[in-house]
Amino acid sequence: VCIHRVRSCSSIRFIKSKYVCVFDKSALKFSHQQRLFRTSAVSCGQIVQFKLSDIGEGITEVTVKEWYIKEGDSVSQFDSICEVQSDKASVTITSRYDGIIRKLHYNLDEIAYVGKPLVDIEIDASKGVAPEEDVVETPPMSHEEHTHQEIKGHKTLATPAVRRLAMENNIKLSEVVGTGKDNRILKEDILNYLAKQTGAILPPSPKAEIIPPLPKSETVPAAPKDKARKIPVPVSRPIAFSGKDKTEPITGFHKAMVKTMSAALKIPHFGYCDEIDLTQLVQLREELKPLAQIRGVKLSFMPFFIKAASLGLLQYPILNASLDESCQNVTYKASHNIGVAMDTEQGLIVPNVKNVQVCSVFEIASELNRLQSLGSAGQLGTNDLTGGTFTLSNIGTIGGTYAKPVILPPEVAIGALGKIQVLPRFNGKGEVFKAQIMNVSWSADHRIIDGATMARFSNLWKSYLENPASMLLDLK
Amino acid sequence: MVLQSLLKNCLQLSCILRTPKAGFRSTTSGGLIIQSTSSDVYQNLAVEDWILDNMNLENRQVLFLWRNSPAVVIGRHQNPWQECNLRLLRQKNIKLARRRSGGGTVYHDLGNINLTFFTTRKKYERMENLKLVVKALKALRPQLDVHVTDRYDILLDGQYKISGTAAKLGRTTAYHHCTLLCNADKFVLSSVLKSPYKGLKSNATPSVPASVKNLFEEDPSLTCEMLLDAIAEEYATQHQIDHHITLINPADETVLPGINNKTKELQTWEWVYGKTPKFSVSTCFNMVYKDSFLDVKVDMDVRHGRIEVCNIDLPEQWLPPALCSELVKSLTGSKFCPNETTTLATTLLRVCPQDNELHSRWNLLCENMVMLM
Repeated sequence: VCIHRVRSCSSIRFIKSKYVCVFDKSALKFSHQQRLFRTSAVSCGQIVQFKLSDIGEGITEVTVKEWYIKEGDSVSQFDSICEVQSDKASVTITSRYDGIIRKLHYNLDEIAYVGKPLVDIEIDASKGVAPEEDVVETPPMSHEEHTHQEIKGHKTLATPAVRRLAMENNIKLSEVVGTGKDNRILKEDILNYLAKQTGAILPPSPKAEIIPPLPKSETVPAAPKDKARKIPVPVSRPIAFSGKDKTEPITGFHKAMVKTMSAALKIPHFGYCDEIDLTQLVQLREELKPLAQIRGVKLSFMPFFIKAASLGLLQYPILNASLDESCQNVTYKASHNIGVAMDTEQGLIVPNVKNVQVCSVFEIASELNRLQSLGSAGQLGTNDLTGGTFTLSNIGTIGGTYAKPVILPPEVAIGALGKIQVLPRFNGKGEVFKAQIMNVSWSADHRIIDGATMARFSNLWKSYLENPASMLLDLK
Repeated sequence: MVLQSLLKNCLQLSCILRTPKAGFRSTTSGGLIIQSTSSDVYQNLAVEDWILDNMNLENRQVLFLWRNSPAVVIGRHQNPWQECNLRLLRQKNIKLARRRSGGGTVYHDLGNINLTFFTTRKKYERMENLKLVVKALKALRPQLDVHVTDRYDILLDGQYKISGTAAKLGRTTAYHHCTLLCNADKFVLSSVLKSPYKGLKSNATPSVPASVKNLFEEDPSLTCEMLLDAIAEEYATQHQIDHHITLINPADETVLPGINNKTKELQTWEWVYGKTPKFSVSTCFNMVYKDSFLDVKVDMDVRHGRIEVCNIDLPEQWLPPALCSELVKSLTGSKFCPNETTTLATTLLRVCPQDNELHSRWNLLCENMVMLM
């Protein structure tokens, strides 16, 4: 506690750290790790036993279910300390004092007794007070009571927490306009005073008691509506920023990504891109959409892309292969299990449509619907997520044109599809016409696939899509 | 947003709640009856939080009426794996919510009504509220045999539970809420509230199962609307206010500023599952693979909904030990959740020898692991 107080009352006025003290409780915890540097072991404030207050209904004991703080943490008045339960009632116990938690009297799931000590809190004693301020010593009290300050004969009403805040920021309470009952000075008044002084934009406190709707005449720190049209002017005034870095372990989905991508790194990728004129396909899909709808299936472009890829793989099976660990053998996979990259709330998943080589476009569409609804519900099974041999990623639904996709081992190729754009192109007669253009970016494993193979596969795939009728010739 | 320096005392309800009918502001002090226009359990729970945090109830108590589309609601300190069939919930698209009050697990659907009585902490009195409900029911149908037990349940015919209670006490305000079964789907109720998960050990609050009955079964002329109306009538009488129900939309930020954040928080995985008190899973299952039967023993410690410690005991050499230890390592720290486990397990398959036999064994093990979640 000593160090904390000394730092905040030091001659160097760091607005940042002060705001950190006020708003960011977690920052306070951080600053307390500096306790190591304390030279004296004597505590500066007095330790108060905060007793468990009456719950009502004659209840005498409760079970401690969750601690929100631990020994050594700083608390402010009204911060939550713990959650206790008694006979179907869950009670949030909040702190009556500002200070540091010195002892928790109960462990989780222990019975706590009403009227007995719950935690010990070391109260911040008044320190570093300017001589002209006559401060009434503040013994721990409930939030209903207030202290008066005699400042040059002027009585000011303020709670201990507010007085401390003013003191830390070297504000004379006599200069602050109190807006509470009986002109009481509130935390918000101090903050408003500071805001006017520094011109800083204050973030709302984490435990705002009331946020009433604002009448329009009030000034708001949010950007005025026409700012979007103006060129942003660099602001030179200091802006309070109480953010801090957050480190957390990588688990779950992200861990899975790390594993996959680290393995993918071992594959020497080469890229090949092209543009596809989907004008005819767009028209075809429009015609077929209602037919699929009648059968209860939503038809997107993906089933066509997938089926065309499978037809291409029949001609270039090396793209549907797998290279073993030692790079000694290539396995040509018989099934075309084409994976479709999906973006879910949790992250990227790649379920695959099995045996596309024997599926019709409609069947592929139907299967995609099933995978998509399971995917968004987070209910895909292991069978849907394993066994893929080739992948398509339709990043274009979100945006973008060209991409550089990463191959998902143990596969050897992947295609990323950009968005469909309406662009002007020249036809055979040299006339400009409106074309529906989509870009495709392929990546392949250069250890077993060469550029020519990839290019020929891509051309074949492209020809099927640019002229959908040609797919009919090769459909099995 | 600039903080206004208003104390709770100064905040008038008319500032917060703007009714469509401008002339209908309840000017008499004593009470206010509000009803939610939404059947989303998270939105409605968020309204309770909002009122608890933002309203001054010194001079005015509040009754909040709400109903939800199918959902299972667990108490603040409960373990969802112990309380309900999560697999079935996912299949049937029934939502899972954790409320902030204590108590046990309940099933909500539109045939169940929820009542929340808001008071200051000093005036918190559950018996009174429940007696009010019983009085309302008897006024509506004098022949109903309903009474309040000392466990704060309401029983029909002395044996069937038609209402369960829970409460939440904040710093200065408190609420007591209870359910009331009018015409809920008892079949779904009993199937979702039966947990299939074995080997769970925890200090989470257990639910006390009870036989339930719908009021509709006792008297088919009863509807939820009638019950809501009768209770509102009784509340209005006891608080000496107009029998007027103000509708509120739990998605309206202008009326309830900050409510959407509360709704979002209630839907996060961290709240619904992550707030489960720590528990351990110690179970075994058998797998049938081709012609052999295999016994697998699993031990896990789960804290904040995440696997802290994991141990899988398999018959030797059935799967490459290196791969198994990779699985255990991956699972440690990840959520005790079928989706995450499936993703991790299937990803591991990408980086191991491509062998169909291995893949099918692996998938079998993972599917069984996922069944535990």
